[in-house]
Amino acid sequence: MGKYVVRRLLQMMLVLFGASIILFICLFVVPGDPIATSQGEGRQLDPSTRAALERRYDLDKPLPQQYVSYLGRLSQGDLGESYVYRRSVNTILKEKLGNTAKLAVAAIGVMLALGISAGILAAVFRYSFFDVLVTLSTTFAVGVPVLIIGLGLQNVFAINLRWLPLQGQSAGNRALILPAITLASLDTALVSRLMRGTMSEVMRADYIRTAYAKGLSKRVVMLKHALRNSIIPVLTYVGIAFGGLLGGAIITETVFNWNGIGLALVGAIQSQDNPIVLGAVTYGVLVFVLVNLVVDVAYAFLDPRIRLE
Amino acid sequence: MTEPLLSIEDLRVHFHTDAGVVKAVDGVSWSIGPGETLGIVGESGSGKSVSALAVMGLVEVPPARYESGRILFKGRDLLTADDKERRAIRGKEISMIFQDPLTALNPVFRVGHQIAEVIQAHEKMGRIAARAKAVDLLGEVGIPNPRQRAREYPHQFSGGMRQRAMIAMALALDPLVLLADEPTTALDVTVQAQIMDLLIRLQADRGTAIVLITHDLGLVAGHADRVLVMYAGKVAELGTIDDVYYRPRHPYTLGLLKSLARMDQRRSDRLQPIVGQPPSLIRVPPGCPFNPRCPFATDICRQEMPPLEPKDGPDHLAACHHSDQLALQQSPAAS
Amino acid sequence: MTDQAVPAAPPVGEVTLEAGASGFGGAETQAAAVGGITRQTQFGNVRRRFLRNKLAVVGLVMLTIVFVTAVFAPIIATHPPRAQDLNITLQGPSAQHWFGTDELGRDVFSRVVHGTRIAVTVGLASIFLALVIGVVLGSVSGYLGRAWDALIMRIADVFFAFPLIIGAIMIILVVGRGVAPVIIALGLFSWATIARLLRSSILSIRESEYVEAARSLGASKWRIVTRHVLPNSMAPVLVYAMVSVAAAIVAQASLSYLGVGVPPDVPDWGNMISSGQKFFGFKDYLWFFPSMAVVFTVLGFVFVGDGLRDALDPRLR
Repeated sequence: MGKYVVRRLLQMMLVLFGASIILFICLFVVPGDPIATSQGEGRQLDPSTRAALERRYDLDKPLPQQYVSYLGRLSQGDLGESYVYRRSVNTILKEKLGNTAKLAVAAIGVMLALGISAGILAAVFRYSFFDVLVTLSTTFAVGVPVLIIGLGLQNVFAINLRWLPLQGQSAGNRALILPAITLASLDTALVSRLMRGTMSEVMRADYIRTAYAKGLSKRVVMLKHALRNSIIPVLTYVGIAFGGLLGGAIITETVFNWNGIGLALVGAIQSQDNPIVLGAVTYGVLVFVLVNLVVDVAYAFLDPRIRLE
Repeated sequence: MTEPLLSIEDLRVHFHTDAGVVKAVDGVSWSIGPGETLGIVGESGSGKSVSALAVMGLVEVPPARYESGRILFKGRDLLTADDKERRAIRGKEISMIFQDPLTALNPVFRVGHQIAEVIQAHEKMGRIAARAKAVDLLGEVGIPNPRQRAREYPHQFSGGMRQRAMIAMALALDPLVLLADEPTTALDVTVQAQIMDLLIRLQADRGTAIVLITHDLGLVAGHADRVLVMYAGKVAELGTIDDVYYRPRHPYTLGLLKSLARMDQRRSDRLQPIVGQPPSLIRVPPGCPFNPRCPFATDICRQEMPPLEPKDGPDHLAACHHSDQLALQQSPAAS
Repeated sequence: MTDQAVPAAPPVGEVTLEAGASGFGGAETQAAAVGGITRQTQFGNVRRRFLRNKLAVVGLVMLTIVFVTAVFAPIIATHPPRAQDLNITLQGPSAQHWFGTDELGRDVFSRVVHGTRIAVTVGLASIFLALVIGVVLGSVSGYLGRAWDALIMRIADVFFAFPLIIGAIMIILVVGRGVAPVIIALGLFSWATIARLLRSSILSIRESEYVEAARSLGASKWRIVTRHVLPNSMAPVLVYAMVSVAAAIVAQASLSYLGVGVPPDVPDWGNMISSGQKFFGFKDYLWFFPSMAVVFTVLGFVFVGDGLRDALDPRLR
């Protein structure tokens, strides 16, 4: 177990290392002049300021050397300094990370609560009206992009009904509802489909018949014996979904003007604030890889047949 | 025979599928008294398990439908009992073990927990007490080091041990009736004998009535008091072991006996298989369902279903128009 | 990541077994022998099951409409998509302009129609690129194993760790905006799953009994690979690719919406949604119609993809 986690952590470092190369190459061969762009268009920089800035951001050094010093700082958790704000990337992103985490946790909550329960009900009452409803709505939810779901929800609940705020975070938790649902929509649909599928399969298993034969109630059989077996693939899916969630967060945060990592990333791309871009994506990749590790370990806890090696 | 403990009367369980109506159990009656062993024999697809599943209430309705019949347990008709009442009986007074011990245990729960679960479902007993009882039961069914084994998962058990664990689970609450559906089919031959010995020993200790469902005539011969032969969802023959083995009155029973391999058989006596295939339960041939494969078949067999009638004794029943002719044949079991 | 993290590969079920028989005298004769009177082919079975699925047929009709629109866009469009007329800006839907006009007086209907071309081109081309990369790397990984497998799978891990949108943004930053960069970007970040799917299904098929049987009959390695392994491993990959096209179209629209996709003057659904959002709550038709075009197209691909999956593996239903 411990050995497995260590091996996975090493593998994770490898992935992060690979990701950092891709990122670095992408960002630093980008045509354009990040110093000029980040200081605002049309502002003339005098050569000495410019040279000072370049020195400050290592931009006067050759690319490989820039990469090495970036990696050196990264290994200490230092993501550098923003070109635009002249502040540490970590400080800037920390606040935004909290906002994105809030959104992501809410979305995962929606996805698990709604997705799993809809999937269970659809499987238990197979071919019922409810099942058809779940199947149809999930099919559509898969087909409607996050962007359009977000716009649709805004239009109905914020503009027409005026129940919930349109954008921003000033309204507290009420402001979280629409973006969380938007972000969760696709994965909620996929989770409930997956749950329905695995649950229907598990319900046909011999050990379910055994459980009934023991005189257990349908509730116990379903919620204990069947659920415990069918939740495992769903859990694995959650790890995979995390990647999509990060991508979806960019769109969701843009649509709802949610001050998180995604919005910061889009802004930084436009102003060529490379350290912020690098930092935001590094955070994203790191979280994704970590979540997958946690999911794999949890997998072994839930399914005693799996031995981590 | 004393007052029956459990009896099935004219049970019809039909499955309504897209392909048609599957008459899995079609007018079947049997009964079992306390401490008795009844063997139910038939080919796969003869509907032999379905009547047991019906007793347990494990037949899914729909697609299944009870077209007729009663299932009397201690004088109460289970088919009219409500869900709660049936649940109280399941696992406590009537329990069941299944063919494949590999898949019958839930892979994600510890074996001890799965046994304790049935105890706690029926009796007010604390977790610790139930666990302790589960360990005792595992010891009783011959699992070495039960304290540690109870904490293991099914995949850490061998096939034979899993079936022992299933038996421990089924007998945990000293049920009056145990329905054993092909309990040894999935196991190695040596393990089969051990499991049967275990069942017999536990039956002797507790006075449990056992319904032994199998396709293995040899198994029934060694362990059952009476035997019921099923063909195509119907009863072909019912009687004591001696009646059925030495004086078969149904050609299907005779065919089964002829196809049985025996240790003392001369090599020149080749095994005689029953020709043809068992019918699809969707399209059972008219008249006697066995007529297309029967060497004795005449026109009446193709037109009329023979009634299940007493033959040479009140407790030996067979459904055949030509039982008399069979009486002239010598049973292969008698040779 | 280990193999556990691979998205559940559509299990290779009945269809595999049927196709597996082809090595020993052809699936047709096999099926005919088993099925009795009717002569069935694997393709026929799949097609029959597909056509029996109402949603799949609806999807097929939807996709046909999408493709016809893309091919005949200039004929179907009522106006040139870039023609501005500042006298008729922001007019709601009318007989003249079915979907209304935008803030520059351009005909929204004609722009939506022309947007189909971009969406379909980007969707198909990017997934074609992903298929080429994924199939090549996945087969190398599955067949050669060992160091190749380890190397390719670690590279796949890296690409897999980037959400599609983020990865695509990075590439577009380098190559610049435009249709070709979007195709390359989406293709580059879609191959990893394809390679993994193919690899794991090659691995399981390589160990399956019918391949074992073919091997014991003395079939050459080449024959086993071309006749048994590849055709059977491709089914889940193609189903996945179908759904990936939908994902690529969504990503493409999202990139434009974020302002990093195709240039803003190009009649593209994402661009139209983005510029329509300026009049959110007032002129909702501006973002509504292009949104519906995205939904229509994506649903078409999803329905057909789902139908294909169910037709290939009826156990999953």
